[in-house]
Amino acid sequence: TRKSQTAKQHTTSVHYSPLSSNNMSSSQQSPLLFLIVGRNEPLYSAEFGKPPGTPITAQSITRQNFIVMHSALDLVDKSCWVNSNMYLKVVDTVNHQMISTFSTACHIKFMLLHTGKNEDAIKNFFMDVYELYTKLSMNPFYRFDTPITSKQFNARVKAAGRRYLS
Amino acid sequence: MSRSTKETSILDRNILKQRSDQVSLSAFSYIYSELVQYHQSRVSNISELEEKLASAGYGVGFKVLELLAYRSRENKRETRIMSILQFISSIAWKALFGKAADSLERSIDHADEYMIFDYNPVTSIYVSAHQSAADAYISGVIAGILEGAGFTATVSAHAVQLEEGESRRSSIGLPVKKDKAVFLVKFSPQILERDTTLER
Repeated sequence: TRKSQTAKQHTTSVHYSPLSSNNMSSSQQSPLLFLIVGRNEPLYSAEFGKPPGTPITAQSITRQNFIVMHSALDLVDKSCWVNSNMYLKVVDTVNHQMISTFSTACHIKFMLLHTGKNEDAIKNFFMDVYELYTKLSMNPFYRFDTPITSKQFNARVKAAGRRYLS
Repeated sequence: MSRSTKETSILDRNILKQRSDQVSLSAFSYIYSELVQYHQSRVSNISELEEKLASAGYGVGFKVLELLAYRSRENKRETRIMSILQFISSIAWKALFGKAADSLERSIDHADEYMIFDYNPVTSIYVSAHQSAADAYISGVIAGILEGAGFTATVSAHAVQLEEGESRRSSIGLPVKKDKAVFLVKFSPQILERDTTLER
């Protein structure tokens, strides 16, 4: 029986997560970059799917991600006024990467850089972050449009990311 | 297993509408009168007092907008001038003061001016003179909501004589008010331009 148990363990470790099933060639999904952008600057950033202990050379990829996100801001702004929904879906595509956006009532934008279509999971992730952001902004000591430094917020956003995006 | 005393953070609180959200008028009036008196002793004229009160209300506007938009569960933003003004005069007013604003009008003389009327704003119920100065707090709240939603505007409070047919509201024990408060909202030209572009 012990042999069959280990065999079972071995098979479950090869299970692919839904998001990475799109790129069957790589067993590791590319990291997702999540930004909360205010009027002038990013207020919060997080990465999902990045395996711990990545080499320093991967930093150039991260910086490029930020540049890609920044270039999409004009398009986000435009769709904010054309589309009255908060969830703006995919606003820009660069090579194989897509940027999905969610814009709150105060035009605080949640942007996610990702590969592969996954509208439902991303929408659920944005809804969770939206609830957390609204609760955070109710804090009278949190000034609007300032960087988010709350550790609790960070922990919960990371948890939501793990739940929906990996 | 005993219940551990866990620290509940604000991220755990329920922010949907609750009964405990209501605050008594007397509690608000006491705190507000302290705020007004605090500023009164530190400014040199009435317009500075109005500025201080308006800036106190400004931050509240952003938070009110976020909260009410979240509570409505529609996940939509207002993109037109009329819709954001209707949001302010009905939904925001109801949430803040318990009833919708008395009317919303567009100025005939100036295309960029709109007016929100309230016969008896909470900030000036117990104020004997310069009611419009006390109402500057509410102008600040309106300005905050508009700025948050992406509509830059200047909002000012004024007192206007009651017309013939209008009923005179009065609180118990207080003299009948002779005028109503009007919040004048003046949008910047870019906002009007954007609104007309969106209309097409």
